[in-house]
Amino acid sequence: MNETAGPEAAGGTPVLRARGLHKHYGKDAGLVRAVDGVDLDVDAGETVAVTGPSGCGKSTLLHLLGGLDRASAGEIWLAGRRVDQLGERALARLRREAVGFVFQAFHLMDELTAVENVELPGLLAGQSPRAARRRAAGLLERVGLADRAGFLPSALSGGQRQRVAIARALVADPLVVLADEPTGNLDSEATLDVLRLFDSLHAAGQTLVIVTHDSRIAATADRLISMRDGEFVDQTRLTGGTTGSLGTLAGLEG
Amino acid sequence: MVMGKLVLISRLAGRDIRRHPAQAVLLLLAITAATAVLSLGLVLHGVTSQPYQQTRAATNGPDVVAYLPALHGPGVRPGPPAAAAALARAPGVTGHGGPYPDVWTIIRARGLSAGAEAEGRTQASSPIDQPKLTAGGWVRPGHVVIERTFADALGVGVGDRVTLGGQAFTVGGIAVTAAVPPYPNLCQVTGGGCVGGAPGGEQVPPRDLGMIWVTEPDALRLATPAAPVSTYVLDLRLGDPAQAEAFAAGHSGGPGSAGLSNMVGWPDLAAADGLLVQDEQQVLSPGALLAALLAVASVAVLAGGRMAEHTRRTGLLKAAGGGPGLVAGVLLAENLVLALAAAAAGLLAGWLAAPLITSPGAALVGTPGAPSLTVPIAAEVVAVAVAVALAATLVPAIRAARTSTVSALAGVARPPRRRAALIAISRRLPVPLLLGLRLVARRPRRAILGAASIMITTAGVVAVLAFHVTADRGDQATASGLSDPVVIRDEQMLLVLTVVLLALTALNAVCAAWTTVLDTRAASALARALGATPRQVGAGIAAAQVIPAVPGALLGIPLGIELFAAASRAGRVVVPPAWWLAAAVLGVLIAAAALASIPAWAGTRRPAAEILQAEMV
Repeated sequence: MNETAGPEAAGGTPVLRARGLHKHYGKDAGLVRAVDGVDLDVDAGETVAVTGPSGCGKSTLLHLLGGLDRASAGEIWLAGRRVDQLGERALARLRREAVGFVFQAFHLMDELTAVENVELPGLLAGQSPRAARRRAAGLLERVGLADRAGFLPSALSGGQRQRVAIARALVADPLVVLADEPTGNLDSEATLDVLRLFDSLHAAGQTLVIVTHDSRIAATADRLISMRDGEFVDQTRLTGGTTGSLGTLAGLEG
Repeated sequence: MVMGKLVLISRLAGRDIRRHPAQAVLLLLAITAATAVLSLGLVLHGVTSQPYQQTRAATNGPDVVAYLPALHGPGVRPGPPAAAAALARAPGVTGHGGPYPDVWTIIRARGLSAGAEAEGRTQASSPIDQPKLTAGGWVRPGHVVIERTFADALGVGVGDRVTLGGQAFTVGGIAVTAAVPPYPNLCQVTGGGCVGGAPGGEQVPPRDLGMIWVTEPDALRLATPAAPVSTYVLDLRLGDPAQAEAFAAGHSGGPGSAGLSNMVGWPDLAAADGLLVQDEQQVLSPGALLAALLAVASVAVLAGGRMAEHTRRTGLLKAAGGGPGLVAGVLLAENLVLALAAAAAGLLAGWLAAPLITSPGAALVGTPGAPSLTVPIAAEVVAVAVAVALAATLVPAIRAARTSTVSALAGVARPPRRRAALIAISRRLPVPLLLGLRLVARRPRRAILGAASIMITTAGVVAVLAFHVTADRGDQATASGLSDPVVIRDEQMLLVLTVVLLALTALNAVCAAWTTVLDTRAASALARALGATPRQVGAGIAAAQVIPAVPGALLGIPLGIELFAAASRAGRVVVPPAWWLAAAVLGVLIAAAALASIPAWAGTRRPAAEILQAEMV
């Protein structure tokens, strides 16, 4: 069923590539190697799941890949362009145009409605209010929340909030969506909703990197990477991936 | 048991102060500013009485000064009236000096001219009212001694040449006296040149009159048929100085009454001497109120900014087993320590600053030194500081009691407000303004405080401008072109107040921006994660301070003019030119933006990922 794949084994041109990635905190006796020499290639349309115990460096890796944090050493390439040396302004543009983030805590603005939350990246990118609103409404429809567009986050369930966050991550048609424990705060039913959404994104060719410690979520990916103490300890290509029966694979349906 | 709890509370409070030194320092500064201004206002009362008494003692100042009309008429040789001898022998009088002839003349020096009350004196010292020389020597033929404030306004010193009624004199000395009020308030008590006629029909306003001393023969030589010796001055010493006013009232013939004497008691002279400081107090009172309001606004902004943090800390304490009492105790201890330290610093600052503001100037001998810091004043200042500490404790303590531990740990006790209209408007704005307006919409009360703070500062600046314009238009300046010490001292006072107001506003702007940075850490980090640049986020935080500042600054214009009108003695105000007002508003707004950008910039230096991880709940 499974086959081991090294960083160089991925087929096609990688959308996302990391080489010798390090992120260290502190020094001397207090040195923490959050990410310690990671190599990674993610192909277009591929779904990669990164698993491991808490504190193993999964989230840090995701933040480095998305330009939210600076690496101590190593290279990051996005669509063939090296991005680890970009300035803050160029990094912001990168996040605006090429990367979508989904967080465990949703990170929606409490005072904004669902549609206002989703349109925010478009407004930050300089889109006209009308275009940004049209795009946001379309995405909310895509995630099944068209009828909740005017609701504040406090009036939405956890699963609905996460779907709003996913819609927000898709505003710019990003090259890659980076999801950090996207179901970590959700119950089983809401988790299934989000998984279905990721499944449809995968089917549409969206590249996804999902950090999770939930093996059921990891089982839905094309490739599974295990991480421990900042290093990749195992990489497994899952032949079924999300093209199989998602619910069965995830063990969420009978 | 109780002791252990107290030790625990003091330890927790001490640690929190050490963990957040910047917050503690800002709170300390804000309360110190408030208490310093309060102390200053309280210690100013009666601050001039001491230097007047020093001058009175140094010059053997009279208890009562009598102005006796000179005898005139065809065939009458000018001389003191018989009433002088009668007064010198009046019951209660134990000594006298004079009578001295007073001549109203015109003094010209360095291209300036002013009216002068020339008093003819003997070259020997007088037992009563012997003016205290601060430079040069006493009167001698051809030499004039000029009252110090008047000499300063004329810009003359010992050795300079002046003319009196066209006759040349040398400035032989500069002196101070307790017998007449200093220039330009000579006519604040009735007598002397103020009731005399102008020589040659020259009209000199009462504020352009100063006091000079010459020898008696020189004084008589200054008299002309058009301006003869107008009065004779008799200085009286009473057995009971406290009876001075009663004696003056009993023997006075009323202002300007012919043939009868005018009397002035020393309390009236002391009051007239204090006019300089009274003017300053007129300026200081509204200024101190503005400064106190600004300081309170700073404290309110700081307390609000710490609210979220206190709520979370409350959750930690409750999770560790602490009850509402412990939580309130820790908060109170922390704020109380800061407030008491600030009260001490504020008292000291106000006490030390008072003599600088109320220095008696040239008219009086000596300086008041540090005014007395009484127990009631100290108690009042400490009470205000403690009240501020209690107010800063009360709201978080109540929240601590009401909020569940889980909610408190999540820091959700104070969710942001939604202002749909502002959010809708912001969609059409450039990114920094979009972010700024949404930050304003999140915390409208903070925005109102910011607007009020800027309004007060602008009002202060506009009041200063109005003062200058009004003074330049001559409403408060002397007609002769001499520098008016009252105006100069008012300008100094306004400058001090403006500096205090600007410093407090600067503190306020930094506090408000810093509070916004703290409050919007997660929202700002999220905006960066969604593609906003750190510069856009920083500019957004600065914009959140400037947006409410705009209406605040505009409202400050009419408030400042009204304020000046209320404080102005004349009650008349010349409105500064429009471009002055526009420049003031623009300057205040630019300064507010620049100051707010410091914490805003600092707030964007931390990686967004780190903040989002920390805020994850």
